[in-house]
Amino acid sequence: MSGPLWREEFSVRSSEESYVSRRQFGKFLILTSLGMFVGNLWLLMRSWLRRPPTFPSMQVARLSEVPEGGVKLFRYPTASDPCILVRRRGEEVAAYSQKCTHLSCAVTYSAERGRLECPCHQGYFSVRDGRVLQGPPQRPLPRVLLERHGDDLIAVGMDMGEGDA
Amino acid sequence: MFGYEFYVDPSRCIGCQACVNACAECDTHRGYPMIHVDYLDRGASIATVPMVCMHCDDPTCAQVCPADAIKQGEDGVVHSALKPRCVACSNCVLACPFGVPKMQSELELMMKCDMCYDRTSAGLRPMCATVCPSQALAYVKPEAITHRREVPTNVFQFGRQTVTTRVFYMVPPSTPAVEIDVVDYLWEGER
Repeated sequence: MSGPLWREEFSVRSSEESYVSRRQFGKFLILTSLGMFVGNLWLLMRSWLRRPPTFPSMQVARLSEVPEGGVKLFRYPTASDPCILVRRRGEEVAAYSQKCTHLSCAVTYSAERGRLECPCHQGYFSVRDGRVLQGPPQRPLPRVLLERHGDDLIAVGMDMGEGDA
Repeated sequence: MFGYEFYVDPSRCIGCQACVNACAECDTHRGYPMIHVDYLDRGASIATVPMVCMHCDDPTCAQVCPADAIKQGEDGVVHSALKPRCVACSNCVLACPFGVPKMQSELELMMKCDMCYDRTSAGLRPMCATVCPSQALAYVKPEAITHRREVPTNVFQFGRQTVTTRVFYMVPPSTPAVEIDVVDYLWEGER
């Protein structure tokens, strides 16, 4: 009998009908758990071997170009990581990754409600420290660490929040 | 019944519908005949053809069943769909080259001829063969059919698909296999 395995297991001939044998089932269990074990081992090795990421220093904005209650979008640390810089009032600025920690939609700043809002599933983040205020996200927004040299705002690193991200 | 074979001879059919009514009497599917008597060309001819399940060696209806509801027994009889499994998808109805399975939508079940399995497995002849007055449907030993003018064949050619069946069809002696030009039958325009 040729054809796929399911064709053999669900033969149209009742004389060829057979249930999965104990040996076959045992083989399946052992191979699957072996696969799970190897996969976990690989994940463990990966987390052991990972070095802490290094971030470049990069001038991302000038304080004078962002009005109070305004935002500036930039990319940090690479060109594929969108970030948002918010100037709340006075010289209080904060920058976060723009990718919502739920499903990576772009978050926007709502000045009147004073929070970062994700339009996709109404996940709200505090603009003060990036923590989750409501909605499906579980992790806070990664925060861009800023340094100020005169008028220049320099990004020097990222705070991924709790745990590794 | 060991050694007995089913022979269908459309040239003997007189269209009396006795087989249809006898089949519908059966307690396993009362009211639903599993045999069909088809008129070949009603406007021009009185010719009729009885159609029972041919019980293919490699049943297409069972091969296309997604629910594994149609099973072929060890004796080659292709059984009606199993009620707990049939999902009433009509795949078998569309796939059968002989047009045998019928969907009973009010029962959500495909029902087809199973060669009167309750009778033939207990040493009785199928009901249609029992009542057929002209023996267009005959359930006899092979040697009892040899005196007829037609010869039995169980090879059918549908395009590129060769179908061999358990039930025999009586054909003219010059015809070794029944070849059916499917495209020709699908043609609905002027001939």
